[in-house]
Amino acid sequence: MLTVSAIAERLGLNVVVKGDVSRTVSGCYVSDLLSDVMAHSKDDNLWITLQTHPNIVAVAVIKGIAAVILTNGRSPEAETVRKAEAEKVTIMISADGTFELAGRLYAMTKDLQP
Amino acid sequence: MAANDTLEGCFELMGGDFSNAGAASSELKSILTKLGISADIVRRAAVTAFEAEMNVIIHAVAGTMHYMIIDNTLTITLNDMGPGIESIELAMQEGYSTAPDWVREMGWGAGMGLPNIKKYADIFKIDTVVGEGTTLEIYFRLKGEKC
Ligand SMILES: Nc1ncnc2c1ncn2[C@@H]1O[C@H](COP(=O)(O)OP(=O)(O)OP(=O)(O)O)[C@@H](O)[C@H]1O
Ligand SMILES: [Mg+2]
Repeated sequence: MLTVSAIAERLGLNVVVKGDVSRTVSGCYVSDLLSDVMAHSKDDNLWITLQTHPNIVAVAVIKGIAAVILTNGRSPEAETVRKAEAEKVTIMISADGTFELAGRLYAMTKDLQP
Repeated sequence: MAANDTLEGCFELMGGDFSNAGAASSELKSILTKLGISADIVRRAAVTAFEAEMNVIIHAVAGTMHYMIIDNTLTITLNDMGPGIESIELAMQEGYSTAPDWVREMGWGAGMGLPNIKKYADIFKIDTVVGEGTTLEIYFRLKGEKC
């Protein structure tokens, strides 16, 4: 059982918008194509992406994403932050690139994946 | 709610309005959840509604999303004024997209929306007239649901 806050702490993520960080994470999905996330992410997944625009919040809400992680130190757009706050969607930033972050997360969460 | 009650509602959609993208589908998702519809159907209905909503925003000028529950069936209908679809066969192929580059940079335009709707819906129908618009009908059977 891994919560969003435990993962944020262990990976040194910067929590920019704090939703319900006590949520238990079910696994992780990595994609920058939004319809791919719509098709393949699962409830309570973490979602790693480079996309920073407001539509990521809508995707996260529709798909029940536990938290969005932006890589390479990218910041969400101001409107994305505003929407995420309104919808209580957690957004975190990692200084790592996508490959490194996904690798570290995989090592932590592989037992959770179906 | 009794088995034969009708429940319905409608949302307006504007082409190009990316800042409100997903608002209608998120609202529909919370309405369906509150009605006590099973999580699996809510999840699938929300994905199909969102992909169809995005298609109106990306490809059309304006449209509506209408939902109706009657006789244990949830019907989501999207009606738009827009360019229509020249070849439904092509549009249904994964990877086919006419979205412009700036839309692709946002991560849309992978050509996955219509295939996703087909995958998640119980029944899915497209009716389109080139130069006029497109109508999508998406159905879910609610057997054994509370409403
Ligand atoms: N409402 C619509 N009006 C006009 N054309 C449409 C409409 N919906 C889909 N199309 C056409 O069908 C194509 C495929 O649609 P689909 O939803 O599968 O992919 P997309 O919207 O281009 O990309 P994605 O859904 O991955 O973001 C579109 O690129 C467009 O040419
Ligand atoms: Mg689409």
